[in-house]
Amino acid sequence: MKKSVFLGTLGVACLSAGIAAASTLDEVKARGELNCGVNTGLVGFAAPDANGNWSGFDVAICKAVAAAVLGDASKVKYVPTTGQTRFTALASGEIDMLARNSTWTFSRDTDLKLDFVGVNYYDGQGFMVRKELGVTSAKELDGASVCIQTGTTTELNLADFFKANNMSYQPITIDSNAEGEQQYLAGACDAYTTDASGLAATRAAFADPENHIILPEIISKEPLGPAVRHGDNQWGDIVRWTLNALIAAEEYGVTSANVDELAKGTENPEINRLLGVEGDLGAMTGLDKDWALRAIKAGGNYGEIFAATIGESTPIGLARGLNAQWTQGGLLYTPPFR
Amino acid sequence: MTSASDAPEPGFRLSQLIYDTRYRSLTIQVVTFILVMAGIAWLIDNTIQNLNQLGKDFNFSFLTNRAGYDIGQQLIPYTNDNTHARAMLVGLLNTLWVSALGCATATVIGIFVGVLRLSKNWLVARLMTIYVETFRNIPVLLWILVSLALLTELTPSPNEYRINPATGEAGVTMWLFDSIAPTNRYTAVPSVEFTHGLGAINTAFAPISLNYLLIVMALIGSFWANRRLLAHAHQVQDATGVRPTTWWKSLLILLGPVVVVALALGFKLNEPELKGFNFVGGTNVSNAFVALWLGLSLYTGAFIAEIVRAGILAVSKGQTEAAFALGLRPNRTMSLVVLPQALRVIVPPLISQFLNLTKNSSLAIAVGYMDLRGTLGGITLNQTGRELEAILLMMLIYLMISLTISGVMNVYNNTVKLKER
Repeated sequence: MKKSVFLGTLGVACLSAGIAAASTLDEVKARGELNCGVNTGLVGFAAPDANGNWSGFDVAICKAVAAAVLGDASKVKYVPTTGQTRFTALASGEIDMLARNSTWTFSRDTDLKLDFVGVNYYDGQGFMVRKELGVTSAKELDGASVCIQTGTTTELNLADFFKANNMSYQPITIDSNAEGEQQYLAGACDAYTTDASGLAATRAAFADPENHIILPEIISKEPLGPAVRHGDNQWGDIVRWTLNALIAAEEYGVTSANVDELAKGTENPEINRLLGVEGDLGAMTGLDKDWALRAIKAGGNYGEIFAATIGESTPIGLARGLNAQWTQGGLLYTPPFR
Repeated sequence: MTSASDAPEPGFRLSQLIYDTRYRSLTIQVVTFILVMAGIAWLIDNTIQNLNQLGKDFNFSFLTNRAGYDIGQQLIPYTNDNTHARAMLVGLLNTLWVSALGCATATVIGIFVGVLRLSKNWLVARLMTIYVETFRNIPVLLWILVSLALLTELTPSPNEYRINPATGEAGVTMWLFDSIAPTNRYTAVPSVEFTHGLGAINTAFAPISLNYLLIVMALIGSFWANRRLLAHAHQVQDATGVRPTTWWKSLLILLGPVVVVALALGFKLNEPELKGFNFVGGTNVSNAFVALWLGLSLYTGAFIAEIVRAGILAVSKGQTEAAFALGLRPNRTMSLVVLPQALRVIVPPLISQFLNLTKNSSLAIAVGYMDLRGTLGGITLNQTGRELEAILLMMLIYLMISLTISGVMNVYNNTVKLKER
């Protein structure tokens, strides 16, 4: 009995080890589902609605990749991850890609053995406080209690910022955005700090968003982007170029509305290559030639996704700012599709 | 008619390993040992292989790197320029601190409730039953979270203590002659200061305050003197049959020297005062700590109450009756006759409860109390990405804490257990 259980365990473990060695693309195709790590709930970026359907800016990336790889944007299993569990989940193979407003840093890219495939949101760390406190600048926060999500880069930036300005603070450590929201609203902290986009999203979910302000100081660079495991370059390429395809689509004016029309062939060879009319870019990454077409159809191009999830017409109300196309004075600039 | 059976053939056959009862148990043990070792070897090999596959190495050098993060609650000085090892130490001390206080409080609660549950007073006994059954049947994490929620929701924010310049009054007032201020973040209490203090010896671990050292030495001296006083009283009682009055002498010996030392050092209480966003000047006891402490003590206290009750019930009724027959009052019967015997039954399961409480303190992360799990297993692990190293180190430390508690409690158990001669 003991022996058979042991051998059984051994067998299962060997089997699972064998699967883990296969390429991520084959694995996802065989499973017929993309395991995408997202936030546990940050309105606008990734949050489930009352019916359990996930939507948001990061979720749209998952959908685009699923559409490109599997041909169906709904074939995604969303795995909610906290600031603490996200990289472990990716490293252990629990998720195939991570789209959870995670900052691209040197050590994460190298030492943590992740590959950030690009930037889908250029962000910076900010502070949110109650209006009634009468604080107008982050430099007036000396002695304040600050709520901070543990396991994030913001934790280190916060320490650096207060140190550089010779101020003291009381860190109140929290585990998730939901807990931070609750502690902040209960008054357990004077200020809540995280990425400015996250603050805007959090504030939008408050009952009284007009009573809270986001301070003007942005104390760090936070390029947020999707990440994959280091070592599987083919899979990294697929996620990278799916993101690039969405950005390029906006630049060339390809939208979810006109993409089918344009896929019949256009005068612009770059669009033709992107949509698979000309050449066979898809085959180079192990996909078919319509991959980008499907990715764009899933939720629209970058601009459409932005406008629908976190843009100025949504409750979150973020301006494009740095996240505009390079032609509009922003930082979005994709390498050419050729 | 008589047929002698053949003598067993001398020599050893391999099948004897299984069929001969002399060797069978040994065979089973050897096989099990080999299987267990093979399992462990496989696990280690698997880990090494997977680490290689991920391109990760296994080393603990991250502990000497700059931590870079701040910790809310610290018993020893720490800044974000210190190393991860120091941060780990801060977390470890926080774990030990809340565990020690928790164990002490849980024991006090447990003994009271356990004794009261056996009370003849119907109402008191039922109330204690309700306490025990509610607390031990609901997960401790929920009690910790409930404690924090209550502390956060029922107390005012520090801002409400601010004196409104228009009316000259604050929204809420502090307790106990303006010295204690419970808020939804922490409870601000006065801190102790010595105006002519002796300073401190700086060691790498933590500065040792000479003031407190002196007070502790005075206390130890007092206790020793008090024991001598009581021993003398016993002698007098044995010799003359009359016990001299000792209570006021004891009180004087116990308190006198400490008070004198404290006054000489210029003992002073610093009252907290609201400055900027928060109270400063006093000591801020964070709600996270109080919530964790309360949750752990109340939960474990319920278990200890049952252990105490079982221990008391295990002492035969004849002992109580004999004590009554000698004319001892119920209180003295309990403390002199029943409890000392009950301790023999109580102490072994009590050790498990102390271990449970210490390990449960790792739930601190739920309320943001930075214990070992929060520093080494939380922030350090996340910022360095050294999951395996951090978790292994943390397991090792918890193991060592638990074994130490077991060891100490076993020594104590040996002193109270029945001495058989």
